[in-house]
Amino acid sequence: MPPREGTYGMLAEFDTPSDLVRAAQQARLDGWRRMDCYTPYPVEEAAEAIGFHRNKVPLVTLVGGLMGLTAMFSMETWVSVLAYPLNIAGRPTYSWPAFIVPAYEWTILFAGLSAAFGMLALNGLPTLYHPLFNAPNFRDGATTDKFFLCLEALDPKFDLVATRAYLASFSPVSVVEVEY
Amino acid sequence: MATSDLKPKDSDLNRRIDPATGEYRVIAPGQTFKSVTEKIVRIVLTPDTPLGWFALFGVGGAGATMLLVAVTWLFLRGTGIWGITQPVAWGFAIINFVWWIGIGHAGTLISAILLLFKQGWRNSINRFAEAMTIFAVVCAGMFPLIHIGRPWLGYWMLPYPNSMNVWPQFRSPLLWDVFAVSTYATISVVFWYIGMVPDFGTMRDRAQSQFAQYFYGLLSLGWRGSVRHWMRYETSSLLLAGLATPLVLSVHTVISFDFAVAILPGWHTTIFPPYFVAGAIYSGFAMVLTLAIPLRKFYHLEGLVTERHIDNMGKVMLATGFIVAYGYGMEAFMAWYSASHWEAFMFWNRVFGPMGWSYWVLITCNLAIPLTTLWSRKLRTNIAFMFFISIVVNTGMWFERFVIIVTSLYRDFLPSSWGTYRATKWDYAIYVGTLGLFTALFLLFVRFLPMIPMSEIRMMLPGAKITPKAAAKAGD
Repeated sequence: MPPREGTYGMLAEFDTPSDLVRAAQQARLDGWRRMDCYTPYPVEEAAEAIGFHRNKVPLVTLVGGLMGLTAMFSMETWVSVLAYPLNIAGRPTYSWPAFIVPAYEWTILFAGLSAAFGMLALNGLPTLYHPLFNAPNFRDGATTDKFFLCLEALDPKFDLVATRAYLASFSPVSVVEVEY
Repeated sequence: MATSDLKPKDSDLNRRIDPATGEYRVIAPGQTFKSVTEKIVRIVLTPDTPLGWFALFGVGGAGATMLLVAVTWLFLRGTGIWGITQPVAWGFAIINFVWWIGIGHAGTLISAILLLFKQGWRNSINRFAEAMTIFAVVCAGMFPLIHIGRPWLGYWMLPYPNSMNVWPQFRSPLLWDVFAVSTYATISVVFWYIGMVPDFGTMRDRAQSQFAQYFYGLLSLGWRGSVRHWMRYETSSLLLAGLATPLVLSVHTVISFDFAVAILPGWHTTIFPPYFVAGAIYSGFAMVLTLAIPLRKFYHLEGLVTERHIDNMGKVMLATGFIVAYGYGMEAFMAWYSASHWEAFMFWNRVFGPMGWSYWVLITCNLAIPLTTLWSRKLRTNIAFMFFISIVVNTGMWFERFVIIVTSLYRDFLPSSWGTYRATKWDYAIYVGTLGLFTALFLLFVRFLPMIPMSEIRMMLPGAKITPKAAAKAGD
């Protein structure tokens, strides 16, 4: 369990995405691992810079889609062959071409729900409270027009004084300490 | 095409044309992250609702109330209050169902298919196009339910273990519809909501009042803009788009199966699925224009929803309009080429019969007016004209469904069973009522939710460019 009191990390604010990407790349090169960038829109280069290349959303979606496909197709087969066989214009009870359409729809339904809720779950959302919201300048900028780099206290390299000076070397707008 | 139209005639026009492409700019120049955010947020987070909003909401609300009254009367008296009878047993309810769901399709097309094709211009219009989809599906989904006669038994369409030991019949396109439309509604809502989550974060952080902060804070699920989150979010959006694309094509295909699987002349054709899908997109883009043109004027969003958008939507309408025209042509051709007496009579009767006027309204509104004029860039960027065209195409597409349903049904194989169709005042009340409901829902959306996706607009601003010099510097 991470500590719930003390310092969460050191937060540097930048005006442009380029400054953020440059700082994040350098921090990664200097051995920082527990860090994150906060941007008002997706900045792929920043994710690359902190070493976040892959995510599991596609896998979750695939599994969800296959579940939907299997669930609907087996239910249709079970209903039409075993539970309630009906003679519809002499067609076989196992009319698999006709079963494709609902199975197809459920593949999409389950895959889509998995993509959306899987993404939220992997992101750990909903999390209505987060220490970053304590930073005085975070909420004013992170969702509007500012770019943040946070070096977290859990990183072994973290030191209150040295990290502040280190971040200041990237000439950010400001560096603030974020408390839990 | 028509490059002479492109020559900048004055400095104002010059400003709006991107010198790199020679096209109209997607976003007017001079916008920053801050100005875009402020512009969109201020529409929602203002204590002063414009008077015009109240006036329109009054009109929409009156329509929705009329719908409530009409549906209540319908539940009390049954579908006998409608004009449906033998042989035309599918009247306004099914016409409106197909019309509304078709309108919804453009929202998904804009949000999903154009995202996959990396059409950046869609970013300004996708949010309200998706909202339009959802409200259109709300209106559409109501019709089959109230058309089944005993709507309180509607759940019988779902497969669930019950004391009657009865299960649905999975070989029927009508049941496929249940799954197609319910999936479509669910995925549209999810796609729409997930798309708004980062913007809710912005709203939470810009809101002044405590209530708004809590309201948007809850909706934002605590979004904080971590790039890790953003990357998963982007993957998820792409996947949802990739899933919604085959979905939107399948929904109207399945709806067209409701007709095409029947052996009735006029319905039993293989052209129906592509022709229904193209028609859906045609009418949907018309509806997006009907909504976008007054919105950008009223809320002064000309810098975000530019001539380029209107122009591009005109082009999409031109393309889908021609697919629809091909569908009409094929119907006529097959009526002759099939050498089927019934097909030939059905077509003759559709065009020249006692209800042939509806076919000519359709041809005028869907082919004659739009497909001759939308070629011209001048007309495509003439806002008033495009508004007019959007209304014309919406009317035409409504008549297309009228023609398909009524003129195929009213004179079938036996002359002794021929009849006619006349809608009653309750048919009109419910149809106009859904227009009111749609308007009211859309106005609520515009008032309380961010109608333009801020995070996606930010990506298109010049400030979002990562300068290679800065990025390269980190390497040394």
